[in-house]
Amino acid sequence: MNKVLAQQPDAASAAAAPVIEFRNVTKRFGALTVLDDFNFAVAPGEKVTLIGPSGSGKSTVLRILMTLEPFQEGQLTLAGIPYHEPNGKGPFRASDRHLHQIRSHVGMVFQSFNLFPHMSVLRNVTEAPAAVLGLSRAEAECRAIDLLRMVGLADKKDHYPAQLSGGQQQRVAIARALAMRPRVLLFDEPTSALDPQLVGEVLGVIRNLASEHDLTMLLVTHEMRFAREVSDRVCFFDKGRIVEEGEPERIFTAPAEPRTREFLQSVLG
Amino acid sequence: MDWLTYLPSLAQGALVTAWITLASIAIGAALAFAAGIARVEGGRAVSTLALCYTEVFRGTSLLVQLFWLYYALPLVGLSFDPVTTGIVGLSLHVGAYGSEIVRGALNAVPVAQREAARALNFGRVHTLMRICLPQAIVEMMPAFGNLAIETLKLSSLVSLISIADLTFRAQSIRNITLDSATVYTLTLVGYFLMSLVLMLAMRLIERMVRRGAAFPRAAHA
Ligand SMILES: Nc1ncnc2c1ncn2[C@@H]1O[C@H](COP(=O)(O)OP(=O)(O)OP(=O)(O)O)[C@@H](O)[C@H]1O
Ligand SMILES: [Mg+2]
Repeated sequence: MNKVLAQQPDAASAAAAPVIEFRNVTKRFGALTVLDDFNFAVAPGEKVTLIGPSGSGKSTVLRILMTLEPFQEGQLTLAGIPYHEPNGKGPFRASDRHLHQIRSHVGMVFQSFNLFPHMSVLRNVTEAPAAVLGLSRAEAECRAIDLLRMVGLADKKDHYPAQLSGGQQQRVAIARALAMRPRVLLFDEPTSALDPQLVGEVLGVIRNLASEHDLTMLLVTHEMRFAREVSDRVCFFDKGRIVEEGEPERIFTAPAEPRTREFLQSVLG
Repeated sequence: MDWLTYLPSLAQGALVTAWITLASIAIGAALAFAAGIARVEGGRAVSTLALCYTEVFRGTSLLVQLFWLYYALPLVGLSFDPVTTGIVGLSLHVGAYGSEIVRGALNAVPVAQREAARALNFGRVHTLMRICLPQAIVEMMPAFGNLAIETLKLSSLVSLISIADLTFRAQSIRNITLDSATVYTLTLVGYFLMSLVLMLAMRLIERMVRRGAAFPRAAHA
């Protein structure tokens, strides 16, 4: 009964409370500590960008949120739901059902798109709403077509992923994630696998999404100009901790920490 | 024209060979999927059980397995007719080798596909049936084609548990006529023709699977 209350925070407190909250989270891969006593919160509707050097643990933060990686210590909540259950078993310390419930609030866009190659574009976007949310085929297709239109690919609905460019595939992947209507959408370097001339079209789609004020977005990107443009907050991440965070203007023009300055100099040239 | 008189008997044997081979491929494929999926997706107990099955039947000779089923099982009160025994033995053998094909192909599906499925909140069964297997099955087909031919060839061992298959008939005729060259030439041709048909059938199935995997909606309807 306790659990039910925790899972359904009332509207007023949810608006004030962070939608994502890491409290003293520690994540290790064997002997390697990737997140060390990590604290981080994101407000509902906030667009946050994580920047930082390679290997600093940015992807790990997103993968933990997506329940692709377990963590060892501390607490994490998403929309008020704690990731660990009191008597949870296994590496995730939670039942499959509990993880299923967490995942219903969060979606992810991967660096390498990860579309299902044996399914048409339409099927890629309708499969989860039909199978997981229980939408009828017709409803799922209706939703999918709307989303494909939004990412400018309605005319490609019967193509297979292999028949699309990388930029188009990533736009389909974004539509696929949105079809589940997540509250939180995670982007892990969504343009890093793309040829330079295809980056723009994907960033364009994400930029439009950023104007949706209900959707919480957590982005990892190396596109600094883009980060500056779309985010409410930029976090500079190094060695499993947030070294500095703040409004994009300030981080990019007047970073306080020497490590941030160094990093920005190395990527901005 | 002696060889013409051998044909009816050899043809009867070929029918028995065909029946045993096809039944063993069908049952063996079912076992292969069950054991292969158990290895990849099962909990510790289930996957260990599947591993034991695979290793025991891959690690011992089919001939000894057949003898064991034929001579030893009746001692504990289980006896089947020879053809059933042959099919059981051959199926277990095919299943063991096939499970390795299934396991390998499932493991070869990129981890990223499972992660994408997870991010979309698919359950385990759905991930297996709709994401992993359709991609893996295409990769399995060439190896399954080889295994099918192998099964046909191995089926000649059932002649040693007194089943009147093609090999058994050939030996009987030779024992009477001593016309080894003719009899065994005909037998070779017989096996070759059957494997040709099997090969063509497997190609056809492979093509169907490829198409089915690429158009899940059609396969669904
Ligand atoms: N599955 C794993 N097993 C062991 N170590 C891992 C695993 N995944 C990541 N790591 C390690 O954890 C650290 C953080 O990795 P992570 O992928 O989060 O970095 P990142 O900030 O996303 O880097 P990049 O910018 O290169 O993507 C790295 O040192 C990496 O080698
Ligand atoms: Mg990364």
